[in-house]
Amino acid sequence: MTALLLRDLKLSVRAGGGALIGVLFFITVVAVIPFGVGPDLNLLSRIGPAIVWIGALLSSLLGLDRMFQTDREDGSLDLLLMQEHPLVLTVLVKCLAHWIGNGLPLVIASPLLGLFMNMNEVAIGATMLTLLVGTPALTFIGAVGAAVAVALPRGGLLVSILVLPLAVPVLIFGVGASYAAVEDPAPFMPPFLILVAITMFFAVLGPLGAALALRNAND
Amino acid sequence: MRLIAENLSARRGEDLLFQGISFALEAGECLILTGRNGSGKSTLLRVIAGLLRQETGKVTWHSAKAESDMRAAEACHYLGHRNAMKAELTVAENLSFWKSLFGDFEGGRGMSVGEAAEAVGLGGIAHLPFGYLSAGQQRRMAFAKLLVSHRPVWILDEPTAALDVTAEEVFTTLIKAHLAEGGIVLAATHQPLGLEDARELKMVGFAGVMEEVW
Amino acid sequence: MSESLAITKFSDLANPTRFLALAARILPWMAAVTAILFAVGLYMSFSTEGDYQQGQTVKIMYIHVPAAWLSMMCYTVMALSAIGTLVWRHPLADVSHKAAAPLGAAFTLIALATGSLWGKPMWGTWWVWDARLTSVFILFLMYLGLIALNRAMDDPSRAARVSAILILVGFVNIPIMKFSVDWWNTLHQPASVIRMGGSTIDAEFLWPLLVMALAFTLLFFTLHVMAMRNEIWRRRVTAQRRMAARLAGRDNVR
Repeated sequence: MTALLLRDLKLSVRAGGGALIGVLFFITVVAVIPFGVGPDLNLLSRIGPAIVWIGALLSSLLGLDRMFQTDREDGSLDLLLMQEHPLVLTVLVKCLAHWIGNGLPLVIASPLLGLFMNMNEVAIGATMLTLLVGTPALTFIGAVGAAVAVALPRGGLLVSILVLPLAVPVLIFGVGASYAAVEDPAPFMPPFLILVAITMFFAVLGPLGAALALRNAND
Repeated sequence: MRLIAENLSARRGEDLLFQGISFALEAGECLILTGRNGSGKSTLLRVIAGLLRQETGKVTWHSAKAESDMRAAEACHYLGHRNAMKAELTVAENLSFWKSLFGDFEGGRGMSVGEAAEAVGLGGIAHLPFGYLSAGQQRRMAFAKLLVSHRPVWILDEPTAALDVTAEEVFTTLIKAHLAEGGIVLAATHQPLGLEDARELKMVGFAGVMEEVW
Repeated sequence: MSESLAITKFSDLANPTRFLALAARILPWMAAVTAILFAVGLYMSFSTEGDYQQGQTVKIMYIHVPAAWLSMMCYTVMALSAIGTLVWRHPLADVSHKAAAPLGAAFTLIALATGSLWGKPMWGTWWVWDARLTSVFILFLMYLGLIALNRAMDDPSRAARVSAILILVGFVNIPIMKFSVDWWNTLHQPASVIRMGGSTIDAEFLWPLLVMALAFTLLFFTLHVMAMRNEIWRRRVTAQRRMAARLAGRDNVR
């Protein structure tokens, strides 16, 4: 299993810079927002956490469809399915590798974008923390979409359509917790802990659903 | 050690490709599937490898130490049309990944990565990225994957397609060595593999549309 | 004893041919009862007086509330069929959830459209990011995603299995989504929207509403059985065509 994790990480670094493209997309999406809403710093700092979160959500959808598709195209998926390791575990490891390769760079890039959006230190820290906790949930739930669409030649767009409604709770609590850290009356911990709970729930549901889908989508 | 298939049938889409296929393979036996394209050879192999669900029947694996509910697929190596190797990684990285993921099945040990590359006749180039190799070399390296970890059953789908005569000979030698050690081989092929005492199963394909369902 | 009998009955029903025969027999009755219920329900709805606050617009409720209830029941029916697909691998379950998805989307659309029409006079705007409206809107998106997935796959049995998985994952997520949308909504606009709670509904409004809800439910089942019948016919035609193609190919070879 460690071997699988290492292989997927190597691939995400070497394979045409898939991780890098995600970060670039993230930066680009957030950078065009001020052109849309105007350069008003107060407004930007107010909507900043939300924009950074939406940008991260969209960028993490970007590479999802390749999660199982590359393995399917070269036949590796068949061999992974045949092994005695439980498939759920294999999927979980692939999710972790995918998150380290694609999700973690987004988290690391987020403070820079926070500065662009004129957010203060607390808001930047809170956004980064919620992204750190919340983006794995996006990967886990995205794994179901990726597994369902694995056999489709152009599944990328479909994966996004299927996954986005399911990702709404993550977005709500991620942004909610980020705002709660800045705005006084609302407490930070409850939404943050709910976000943690959602991530852990999806860490179970996502690999289960994805493993079931991979067994069934195979032909 | 025996691999037993009973009354297998499978469909592709709505077409029933074959039905009522049964066989039992003992240690050291080889079964060659022949038939024209689309006759269900690959489908049968994928059913045995547990990658496709059969409509009826079952595949079971029996040996002294095997647990009764073990999936037969766990005793198998599968070499499909695709090589299951990553073009971005070097051959050695690919092979050692599969070696550590597969592990060894009871009752045998796999070769080291270097030995396996040597055995398919490409000892010197294991440090190159897999994508740099020619199609024939890639196929040979995919075959080397079967050597790095021990599995009693080899399931080979067109192993020698796109290979020249010398490479075919290498494959035949390796398959014979595997059989001599008490392995089992199932292969689908167009070309004769040069195995003398192999059993042959001729697939005809298309046993009917699953009309009883609709 | 009785249980095994029930199961044989069920599996009899689950045979497509028997299902078609049964559907042919009961569909006219279902359609007739639906039509009568609609006639009664609509008459009752229009003969009641308008609400003293909302006037005649309250009558939108008689369409809106049953449609919203159906949009959720339809997803439940799909989730049950999805279990049928995955656990018993029954072809009728495949057909059932495939046929239900467009119906669910249609009812959800009706609920959203009537909600929007109702919102204009009540709230002064076509759309409010009210917790219920938002949840229903997300449900609508999920229906559309499922329809898109079903259309994108050409092998019907595989499409059925993977969409069944997606339906179940979505089903498990519905409570979370509902909860998060409620939380989000209270955070952003503290309960300013007037809501019609169940207890505040007057008996005068309740009866027509119940009749309409029953009518809508029957309408759903009538349409669902019809859609399933059509889907079975469609698959039979496909199977026949495939057979013809294969047999023709065989003649040419020999």
